[in-house]
Amino acid sequence: MQNGISDEMIEYVGILTKLELSEEEKEQAREDMGRLLSYIDKLGELDTEGVEPMCHVLPIQNVLREDVITNEDQSRELLGNAPCRRDNMFVAPRAF
Amino acid sequence: MAEKYETVIGLEVHVELATKTKIFCGCSTAFGDSPNSHTCPICLGMPGTLPMLNGRVLEYAVAAGIAMNCDISRFCRFDRKNYFYPDNPQNYQISQLYLPICRDGWVEIEFNEDPAQGVEKLSPSMKNPSLRTKKVGIHEIHMEEDAGKLVHDDGGDYTLIDYNRAGVPLIEIVSEPDMRTAQEVIAYLEKLRRILQYLGVSDCKLQEGSMRVDVNLSLRKEGTKELGIRTEMKNLGSFHAISRAIESERQRQQALLESGREVVQETRRWDEGKETSYAMRSKENARDYRYFPDPDLAPICISHGFWEKIRAAQPEFCWEKRKRYKAEYDIPEYDIDIITDSRQMAELFEATVALGSQPKKVSNWLMGETLRLLRERNLDPSDIRFTPENLAKLIALTESRTINSTVAKEVFEIMFTENADPEMYVKEQRLAMVADEETLRRTAEKVIRENPKSVQDYIRGKDRALGYLVGQTMIACGGKADPVGASRLLKELLQQEVNEA
Ligand SMILES: [Zn+2]
Repeated sequence: MQNGISDEMIEYVGILTKLELSEEEKEQAREDMGRLLSYIDKLGELDTEGVEPMCHVLPIQNVLREDVITNEDQSRELLGNAPCRRDNMFVAPRAF
Repeated sequence: MAEKYETVIGLEVHVELATKTKIFCGCSTAFGDSPNSHTCPICLGMPGTLPMLNGRVLEYAVAAGIAMNCDISRFCRFDRKNYFYPDNPQNYQISQLYLPICRDGWVEIEFNEDPAQGVEKLSPSMKNPSLRTKKVGIHEIHMEEDAGKLVHDDGGDYTLIDYNRAGVPLIEIVSEPDMRTAQEVIAYLEKLRRILQYLGVSDCKLQEGSMRVDVNLSLRKEGTKELGIRTEMKNLGSFHAISRAIESERQRQQALLESGREVVQETRRWDEGKETSYAMRSKENARDYRYFPDPDLAPICISHGFWEKIRAAQPEFCWEKRKRYKAEYDIPEYDIDIITDSRQMAELFEATVALGSQPKKVSNWLMGETLRLLRERNLDPSDIRFTPENLAKLIALTESRTINSTVAKEVFEIMFTENADPEMYVKEQRLAMVADEETLRRTAEKVIRENPKSVQDYIRGKDRALGYLVGQTMIACGGKADPVGASRLLKELLQQEVNEA
């Protein structure tokens, strides 16, 4: 089944994901998303009448932690993963 | 004739919970430490990590819900709210949309009627005609996590991020659109603050961001039921800002409607310095959060036993204490209001009275010196360190006239600062009053001998001279005399001088 994805939808998804796409990339995204949606549609063929949506794979409840501090300052190691850092802070592209 | 509009206000209040650790990991929630010192792979949203709910968060949220007369959901879970912004390293906030933990509650607020609005509605028979009460509905309360802090680099083309606050537990309390004026809004916030502080669930400091308020406001023609289009106001850092922002937004929407235009549903940001608001960019207004249940977190079942345990632990709240105090203690209503404003102060009062001190004396120390020192040192009642036992001892020392009031204040300050035992301190510092009449008499006689001019003044009818002589006697006793006794004795001795003159 072919999903028709409008230009507006591509534009909108771009805004939500904060991606700036070129015209070629938009076409590529349209194709990729179409394939993804077809795949999801395949699942739609199943009869799920009366089946509760599954939110967790295990039949468990109330997995709780005690309110006890277990972590020490690991900022050196954690910041070590960042491509860019300054004054013990993560550096990201300007967000305003 | 111009249309009359009714202002309709609902609030979303975020409150930081006073837990030791974050909502889904064992990182500390301590405030003000060096950037990113309280972070771990979980609260930094690293792949392959598994969040686990802090049980204390659940207890606090249920306690708040019970205090606000909510139905507590027997089954609830967490959902992901998706958005891309660097304050949240996961690219989604873990929150609750579909099954919030508390629903359908209410709180009763007490407020002064704005004299500019609706005075005619008041009943003249009421004792305090401007004081009104009203119920404000609580739509829901849900649990969620806080975001990190973005630091702007002036001139630079980047943003610095501190994730110490990321993952700190919050509850969001969503009211029904039941408020009509800024007075009602402030009264509602005061009520929430008292409830949450009494529960020990949050310290609710607006200025420090542990309580954050978003105001949803719309107008509708008076007498109509349908809600108008609303805006949401953010960045309100004080009660003053909230009042100003409500009035400003009411006027802005009224001007739009009166000129036949429409209000646009949008989020606006209050600029406190300029006393005006502006719409946030449309991209920030894109509200497509694509919520879905978080598959990493197990659902939560709240048993009757758990609910009952939390319910049984609810404290006596300040409005209940007020009623009881009026019946039990002979102290002014003004004192009652201030003492019951904080749970710490109220409990200190009750415990000291239980040790046998007279209620009014206890109240005087709390309302006077305690509040003075709290203010002077920029502290809260929760910072009080002295015990009821020590306050009771201090009161006993003044009652027995072992120390005078000046010395008592000095002792109080030491007790306030280091919870010193007043009895021990008075003994160690030899602060007890010069008790025996003989010592006092000899000192007074000496003062009279050494100050003939003041004595002459007194004889000539200058009463002020007596004050000076009392002062000199106090100094001669190292401040440890009973000023009333000294004054009586001096009068006696001076009368002899008058008779002889
Ligand atoms: Zn963490």
